[in-house]
Amino acid sequence: MKESYNWILKQLPYSEPFLFVEEILNINDKGVEGAYQFSPDADFYKGHFKNNPVTPGVILTECSAQIGLVCLGIYLLGEKTKLENIGIGMSSSEMEFLLPVFPGERVKVVSELVYFRFQKLKCEVKMYNEDDKLVCKGILAGMIGVANE
Amino acid sequence: MLKEEKYQKLKDIIKIYLPEDVAVTDIEQDSHFMNNLNINSANLVDIVLDVEDAFDIRLENDDMDKMQTVNDAMAIIDAKLAEK
Repeated sequence: MKESYNWILKQLPYSEPFLFVEEILNINDKGVEGAYQFSPDADFYKGHFKNNPVTPGVILTECSAQIGLVCLGIYLLGEKTKLENIGIGMSSSEMEFLLPVFPGERVKVVSELVYFRFQKLKCEVKMYNEDDKLVCKGILAGMIGVANE
Repeated sequence: MLKEEKYQKLKDIIKIYLPEDVAVTDIEQDSHFMNNLNINSANLVDIVLDVEDAFDIRLENDDMDKMQTVNDAMAIIDAKLAEK
């Protein structure tokens, strides 16, 4: 079943070291669930913080957006839409951070569609750690659509 | 609904999404949302969604493309209200 989501991962416009999607667990036109494991070797841990590595909030936001907005947006645009035709950009983020995420932790992002209209996609996102504890939550929005539409 | 009343209702929506460097008094009937009022495409979508709720109408992609100025918005609102 998960095989069928591979086309979405292939369409993602990110690569290492800025790809924060590993797996799509579930997706439909109302929302998406996906997972990512933070590599303990990620470069940002060297500086955030000195001798005390914690995943930066902006990276948690980015991970939430890549899974919660971009994967869902690509799914909603449909398999036939070519990546090179997709225009994309985050337009707003309002996040709350409740628990730290340490190097090597695996997180799950659950995103619920608020609306997708006139190429603006807005979602309510929640991120959970392996103990199923809420790590961060918020509202993210971005523009995603076929560029010459 | 009177034209003045409609215009005021629309202005009340637009002002929520104005960037800090644009004042409510800068809103004119011929103001271009993006070029004069510095409203970006994401906020323009929010204006459209608020307009839909406030006037109980629904806009389509075509309407969105045509909605460049405050006057355009007024014309679209009038047309949609007339269709009801």
